[in-house]
Order: sequence, then C-alpha cells, then structure tokens
Amino acid sequence: MELVVFSLLNGVLYGLLLFMLSSGLTLIFSMMGVLNFAHASLFMLGAYLAYQIGRYTGFWPGLVLAPLIVGLLGAAIERWGLRTVHRFGHVAELLFTFGLALLIEEVVQLIWGRAPVPYTVPSSLDFAAFTLFGTTYPAYKVFMVLISIGMFGLLGLVLTKTRIGLIIQAALTHPDMVAALGHNVPRVFMLVFGVGSALAGLAGVIGGFALVTSPTMARTLGPIVFVVIVVGGLGSLTGAFVASLLIGIVQTFAVAIDFSLIDLLARFGVTVTRADTFYDLWRIKLAQLAPVLPYFMLVLMLIMRPRGLMGTRET
Amino acid sequence: MPIIRRALLGVALTLAALPAAAQDSIKIGYIDPLSGAFANVGELGVHHFQFAMDRINAKGGVLGKKLELVPLDSKANPQDTQIALKKVIDDGIRFVLQGNGSNVAHAIVDTLSKHNEREPAKAVLFLNYAAVDPALTNDKCSFWHFRFDADADMKMEALTNYMAKQQGIKKVYLINQDYSFGKAVAAAAQAMMKQKRADVQIVGDELHPLGKVQDFSPYVAKIKASGADSVITGNWGNDLSLLVKAAKDAGLNVDWYTYYAGGLSTPAAIGQAGKDRVKQITEWHSNVEAAALDEELDAYKKKYNEDFYFLRTRNLMEMLVKAFEQAKSADPVKVGIALEGMKHQTPTGEVYMRADNHQLIQPLFVSTMSAGMKRDVENTGLGFKTDGRIEAKDTETPTTCKMKRPSA
Amino acid sequence: MSEVALKTRAARTRAPVWLRAAVPWALAVLIILALPQLMTTSFGRTLLIEMGIAIVFAVAYNMLLGETGMLSFGHAIYFGLGGYAAVHVLRFIAAGLLLPVALLPLVGGLGGLVFGLLFGYLSTRRAGTAFAMITLGLMELVVALALIFDHLFGGEEGISGNRTSGPELFGITFGSQLHVYYLVAVWMLVSLALMRAFTRTPVGRLCNAVRDNPERVQFLGYDPSRIRLIAFAGSSFFAGVAGGLFAVNYELMAINSLGAERSALVLLMAYIGGIGSFLGPILGAVLVTFLQVALSDYTQAWLLYLGLFFVLVTLFAPNGLIGLVLMHGPIARAGLLHRLAAAYALALVPALLLAAGLIALVEINYRLAIRPELGPAMKLFGVAFDAKSATAWIVSFLLVGAGLLGLRAVAPRVAARWGETLEVARA
Repeated sequence: MELVVFSLLNGVLYGLLLFMLSSGLTLIFSMMGVLNFAHASLFMLGAYLAYQIGRYTGFWPGLVLAPLIVGLLGAAIERWGLRTVHRFGHVAELLFTFGLALLIEEVVQLIWGRAPVPYTVPSSLDFAAFTLFGTTYPAYKVFMVLISIGMFGLLGLVLTKTRIGLIIQAALTHPDMVAALGHNVPRVFMLVFGVGSALAGLAGVIGGFALVTSPTMARTLGPIVFVVIVVGGLGSLTGAFVASLLIGIVQTFAVAIDFSLIDLLARFGVTVTRADTFYDLWRIKLAQLAPVLPYFMLVLMLIMRPRGLMGTRET
Repeated sequence: MPIIRRALLGVALTLAALPAAAQDSIKIGYIDPLSGAFANVGELGVHHFQFAMDRINAKGGVLGKKLELVPLDSKANPQDTQIALKKVIDDGIRFVLQGNGSNVAHAIVDTLSKHNEREPAKAVLFLNYAAVDPALTNDKCSFWHFRFDADADMKMEALTNYMAKQQGIKKVYLINQDYSFGKAVAAAAQAMMKQKRADVQIVGDELHPLGKVQDFSPYVAKIKASGADSVITGNWGNDLSLLVKAAKDAGLNVDWYTYYAGGLSTPAAIGQAGKDRVKQITEWHSNVEAAALDEELDAYKKKYNEDFYFLRTRNLMEMLVKAFEQAKSADPVKVGIALEGMKHQTPTGEVYMRADNHQLIQPLFVSTMSAGMKRDVENTGLGFKTDGRIEAKDTETPTTCKMKRPSA
Repeated sequence: MSEVALKTRAARTRAPVWLRAAVPWALAVLIILALPQLMTTSFGRTLLIEMGIAIVFAVAYNMLLGETGMLSFGHAIYFGLGGYAAVHVLRFIAAGLLLPVALLPLVGGLGGLVFGLLFGYLSTRRAGTAFAMITLGLMELVVALALIFDHLFGGEEGISGNRTSGPELFGITFGSQLHVYYLVAVWMLVSLALMRAFTRTPVGRLCNAVRDNPERVQFLGYDPSRIRLIAFAGSSFFAGVAGGLFAVNYELMAINSLGAERSALVLLMAYIGGIGSFLGPILGAVLVTFLQVALSDYTQAWLLYLGLFFVLVTLFAPNGLIGLVLMHGPIARAGLLHRLAAAYALALVPALLLAAGLIALVEINYRLAIRPELGPAMKLFGVAFDAKSATAWIVSFLLVGAGLLGLRAVAPRVAARWGETLEVARA
C-alpha cells in the first residue's frame, strides 16, 4: 500500500515536471506547426539566466525576468530566423532550430563554462512541505506542481476561450483569411513563439535547481520532451498533459518492480547462468529498464495508434 | 572540379602547417575530450599537466630540454582517439597522456601495441592518469601502458577494507549505472563485502540506464524501503548529483560510499545535500595533511580559478622526469624500463610502480564531505575530511597480466 | 541566337549519354588514385579514409532526406549496427570463418538493412515532423539498450577485431593503411553508382513524388508509406555499408558510433553540402570531415563554428553549398561569370570583416573562459593583442558591426547584379 501511494505520488510529480518542460513546445507546435528543436536549449537558457540573475537579486526576480528574457529571445528568433526559413518548408524550419540548439549549447559554454553551475534550491522553497510515511516532500516540488497545473489551465483557457486564442488558431489554418480580416499574422506568430519560449524559460527556472544546470542539460532532456509530445499526439495540449502523467507514473511504478525473465524462467524450472549468450536479456529487471520505458511507449504507440493519444492531425 | 582542388590545397596546406618537432623540447601528447559533453573533464587534465610541466620547466626542465604539452581532442570516442594518435605519431611525439574513458584507453593500448611492434623506432609510451578499468593491468596489460590511478577493483578493495571495520554498517544497498563500469563496481562490491563481513546484508543491487534518469525519487523510495544504512555507488556526473539530491529531498539518511563525489563539478551540484553523508575513495583530497603542497594548491587555484584535483598528475610527471634522468634518454623503451619498479616519495607517502603489470601502488583515502575544513571544494563551504587511510601495500590486488616486453 | 549556334548546342546535348555519364566517374577514379600519392602521412591517409566513409554515409542519408523528404535524427543506428555486424563477423573470420575481409562492408550493409526494415516498418508509417521525432526516440532506445546488452556491444570499450586475420586474397592483407584506402575507395564507388542508379529507377522517382506530393502518389494507387519504407531500407543498407567500412578501418566498434553525435554529423554533412543534388552530400561529407578532423586542432571552438555555419546555410542557402555553385550554371555556360566578379568582390569585403570580427570574439572568449593558463596574450590573423584589453573587444565588435552594415548595404546590389546577368545569360 505504502509503495503504491509513493509510486503514484512520485509518478505524478515527475509527470508534472515533464509537462512543465513540454508545454511551450506543444503550444508552438499546435499553433505554428513548427517543432522547435531548440526548445530544450531555451529551457537551459532559462535555468542559466535565473541562476545569473539570482546571484544579484535573489530567486524571485529571476523567476519573472529569466522567462521574459528567454521570451524576447524567442520572439527575435522567430522574427529574424524562422520567418526567413519558413518559405523553405517544415523540414528547413526543423533544421534551423536544430542548428540553433547546437549553437546555444556552445554559446552557453562560452559564457558560463563547461562545468555545471551551482544553481541550488532557493532558501524560501528549501524546506519539507509535508511528510508521508516518514518520507519528506520538499516545498519546491509543490511549487513546481502549482506552476505546471497553472500552465495547463491558463494555456487551455487562452487558446479555446479568448479572442486572441481563436485568432491564433485561425491564423494557422487560414493565414490569408485572417490577414484579410486585418490581423497582423506574422506578429501573431512572433507572439506565439515568444510565449512558447518564455514557457520554456519558466520551466528552466524551476527545472534548473530541481535537476543539474549544465551545458549538457538540453541534450539530455530534449529527447524525453519529444517523446511526451509524440505520445500525447503532436499539437494536443491535453494529450501532452495526459502523456506526461502516464509516462511519469509508468516509469515510477516500473522502478519498484524487481522482476526479470530469470525469475520467470525459474518458475518453469529453467536456470540461466552468466555464461549464457543472452544472459543480458534474461537478467534485465523491469526496474532496470524504467527510464527507457518512455521510448518503448513511443514505439508501442506507433504500432497501435500512430497519431498518438489525442492527436488530431496526420503530419 | 575547382572545389575539390581547393579542398585538396587546403588539406595540403594544413598538413604542411603542422608544427615540425622542435629540437629543444620533449613533446608530450595529451589525448582527452576537449570539445563536446565531456570537455570540462579533459580541460581539467590539460590544466593540471600544464601546471606540472610549467613547474618542471621553471626548474630547468629535464635532460636540458623543456617539456611541452600537446593537447589533442579525443572527442570522447575511440575512433577519433585513433586519429589523434596518428597525429601524435606523425608529429614524432613519443609519450601520450590520457585518462578519461576506459574505452579511449583501450583504443590507445590496442593501437600502440600494433604500431610499436610494426615501427619500434617510432614507439610511443602511454601514461594513464585516470582510466580505471582493471583489464588494462590484467588481461589486456601491455608494456606500453602505465597506470597512475588505482583501478576500480583496488579502490573497492580499499573501500570494503574500511567498511568492514565500521561496525555500524549492517545493510548495504548497491546502485550503479547499467554499463560495464557500473556492473564491475556492483560485482566487486558484492564479492568483497561477502568475503570481509559475512554478516552484512546486501539489501539491493540496482542498475539504472546511464544518464537517462531525471528523477531519482522512486529509487530513493526503494532504498528507504530496504532499510539500508549505507549505499555503494560508482555513479558519476549527473547520475550521482541527482541521486544524492533526491535522497536529501526525501529525508533519506544513509552514508554514500562513492568513487567520484570529490571533483569534476559534482560537489558543486550536490552542495549541502552531501554534508556528513557523502564519502569518497581517492588517492588524495585537498585536506590530506601535506604541508609541502600548500603553496602549489594556492598557486593552482589562483591561476585557473578551480580546485587542484588530480594529485596523480603531479606524481606522474615527477616519476616521468625521474625516469628520463635514470634512463639518460627520452627513448620510450628505456623510460618504460626505468619506470618499472620505480619507488617515489610523494606528499602522501611512498608509492611504487609494479613491474609485473605497470600499476602504481599508492595509499588511498576514504573521506567525507564535511563543514569547517581548511580547504573546501568548488566553493561549497564543504571540504573532505579523512576517515581512514589505506596503506599502499593493502591496495594491491592479484594480477593476471602476462607482460610481453620489447626485445630491445 | 543564330541557327548555327542552335545546331551546335543541340549536337552537344546529343553526345552519347553513356559518355557524358562516364566522364565524372572517370575523373573520380583518377582523383582517388592520385590522392594517396599526394598525402603520404598516416594522418593524411586516415583523413582520406574518413572522408570516403563519410561520403557513403552522407549520400545514403540523402536517399532519405533529399530524395524522399524524410528527416532522420537517428540514422547512425544503421551505420553503427551495420558496423557491429561487420566487426562480429570479423571475429568469426579470425576464428576460422572463410570469408574475405573485403566483403565485410556487405555484411555491414545487410546488418543495416535488417534493422532498417524493422525500425523502418515502425517509423515510416508517419512522415514529416512526427517521423523525425520517432527517429530520435528510436535512437535513444537503441543506444540505451546497447549499453545494457554489453555482451553483444562490448560495453564501454566496444568490440574489436583484427582485419589482418582473414584469408589472404591476391596478397591483400589489409595490414597497410593503403589497402584499407583502396577498399574504401572501391566500395565507395560501387555504392555511389548503385545509389545513383536507384534514383533513376521508377521507385526512385516515386520517392521524389512522395516527397513532393504524397496525396497524389496515393491517388495513383501507390502506398506512400510503402515507398518511404523502401527508401528507408535502401538508405539503411548503404549506411550499414559505411558502418562496415568504418569497422574495417578502426577494427573497433563502440556505442558512440550509433549515437546522437554521428547522427547529427551526417545530417550536417548532407545539408551543408546540399540535399537537392547528388554531389551535394559528397561535398558536404568532405568539407565537414575536414573541419571535424583538422579544425579541431586549431581551435576548440570548432563545434561552434560548425553550428554557426549550419545555421547560416539553413537561413541563406537552403540548397546547400552545391546549390550556390549550381546557381551559377546558366551564367557560367553563357561565359558571363566575369560580370559578377566586381559585385562579389564588393560583398567579400564586409563578409570578411564580419567573419574576422566573429572569429575574434569567439577566440577571445574561449581563451579567457576555457584556456586561462595560456594568458591573455594572443595572436590571431598575425596580429598580437591582449585578450583582456578593451581595445580587443571594441575592435572585434566594430568589425562585426561594420561587416553586418556593409553586407546589408551591398546585398541588394549583388542580388540585382546577379539577376541582371542571369537575364543576359538566358537571352
């Protein structure tokens, strides 16, 4: 029972961290059809900026300023980069952001060095929020949950219930019509990209101290974020939310299960020794594979339901 | 085909521009990652060796010549390492240093064994300062390879010797990265603990994929549920920092016995979460009583704005210089023979190079991250405090090496 | 144009097809034979071998990206798994299997093909962005599993073999580097010829159609995902051939060869060279390999330069470097290239200023941030200066600023001149 509660709680916490990481990406993709490969790099920039600003002003101003700066940077990237590449098609856009990711990683190393920076949990969030069966849960995780759920609620509301949200949605499918109605479509796209980047930056401010702020951050987090949005169904905010939670919970439960094929074979009276060629295969416990499970889920999803959990589009 | 011609010309120019071997210096190649994800580790090595060579050169060099460090990028993979070695050989360099990645070390040993046999006149000697795969001084040992760090098994031997004496240890949990090194650490810990303290229970033996875990809380929950009082881990980098941080978040109170908690940015990432809990096994740490080093540590920190970390780079260079002088030559074979069996006084005591497998035998230290130490690490306010010293002779492990020596 | 001119032009285009097709190949053979005589150091020849392998891999990759419009972020898994297949067979050869070492690349190719069919079946059901993400996920999966299955993949140090252990064939033992060079050269030529031929087959044409308009292909009664799978399998096969050559050259396969870095590198090669033409990836492979192997000795910032270069190509030269060259085709045929010289010379000035300024900034930063032990005294472009001095920074920024402004002023004039010349050439 204890184990189930822990695993569920840890799973939800991890899932919400994943959603926080991927929300900006989903926003940009669903609105502009651009998959921003540099998303994790912007996230990393958010972490570094928050660390830098935090050294002068403390944590809270950084929480506001860092996402703002990253958002502005995102807008600039859209204005002077993506817009130029847009006419060459989606593959070119993806490649441009891919190149940008390489570039940002190198520039971060130039400015902050190649080693991780000591970006630690701010003291105002560094206490145990509650204790469950003798295990403490730190306040910053609660804060992260609030931010993550806040992002989900707000984005959902803005996109479906407000005027600007409707214009944005329309601008994706019918840019000419929306332009004819007197809206500045390029500016709408710039805004969307800026906001998506700012969300990445915000996630970075919190993810930066929850994880390790180093130049390899983008590289290690990038793939899992993409898995989340593909499993959720490209472009679906709710899909990404559900997929994040699902991945978080599945992965956490798997860690708790020490069961391997050796155990299964043993039940049928077969013993396997280390000398066996496929020993590696038999010995693997489900727990050992846990962090790789999201990628298995990706493959499974593709076999069963290629468009993802809640995907609507076949791109 | 103008483009091809131009590219060719470029190649030709580049090759011509490679510096010719200068007569007044002994060049020492250094092959480690200088770009990409592991570049910070490679650069730390460059700094240490450059620092050591500068000091040797300031005292007049060796054999009337200056030492010159030639850093080359291994890009952390065995193939680019082979390319770098080709440059070393083309350039007439006869000594190479390397430490990061046992895969790279194996590539160097393999390549040099072939090369040195085919072209003995251009033989190259490999001095390893940090690659700890035991195979390098056992099954895969080579005359051309000398190791100045204790290998993974020797460290585990020393660590378990120390742990066996701690009566408080009842239940031990093993958590390691799921690849060859992590598995070797787990296997060695299992075997040695059982042999030295049969009453200690190994309550868990966990492997997790390398560098893929972002959230260690489920693992911490498992450790907690097992009732372990100590954890042994060979984890390094983020896999270690995130693990210790997650344990602190969950309020898990265990002692961490680690290989790599002491440097390479890990202390900074762990921070206060490691206080009084995180221990490491190393050949040295900055609070080992050694007055002789004080001035050097300060000079290093002043110059590079980072902590001095590898005492073994200093030992290595000193022993190499001694070998040059004993051999009265910079010939790799003669220098290699001079190194075999060499005894040397270091700030931590006497060390010696085993002749049978080219492994340096030196005292090792178990230490804990603690507050109020004379020297802290990476500006954390925490420094390492010696818990126990394991004498050099007690770290020696049997070897399976059958060394083939060059006939010369 | 006069009638005579028209006739000669027609005659020229009617020269035997086989002859026109054979000329570039003959040239390629000549170059391949000449190169090792020009570059005799062991490093130089290693560079040539690396380039040959990279060419096969980049052109194979372009069967996907350029021909079929599929962007893969994880194509190195077929390269790597092919290489692993080859190195395992190499060990069997050492144990007595009767197979010439020269055929190992074929083994690599088959290895690539098997996994290409398997993973391709899963991933080619989607196209575009989703396909790209799937390749990324599959690569992560394969790398993670390869680390875990260390009996098969040799763990950290990889699996090594000995290429001289095979049966001797016509006195070729592969002990010498030159033998390996010729092996790579032959396999490269054969692979290139086959891949070139593939683009001319109906299936190859269908691949182009799938890239440009999948709906229409479906309408014609073909299944686009089927065609994507064929292209994917073919591309994986040749990636595996490249992996096999790689295994023979290094006599070692390790997990890094199927991971993210190599996947990114091949993408850079193909795109920088130009994905729109057959020559593009070849050019890209040569250039990027050269940068990667040689530039890394001169500056630790080589990855930064490579990234910057790549971003510039995506922004301003979507058809790659070869696209820039081919753009001048009509003008060159009309013999009007000299008309562009003045405009280009004018643009070169601010471009050089900008490049100099950027390089100075990057190098100064690297020196201060990463190699402080060398001190602030630096030398760049033959100019000695102090990296910490304000002058160095100001001058660098001024160079960048002047370059940017200059380029902005000059660009429209160059474009106009180019348009004009093209008009004249076409007339």
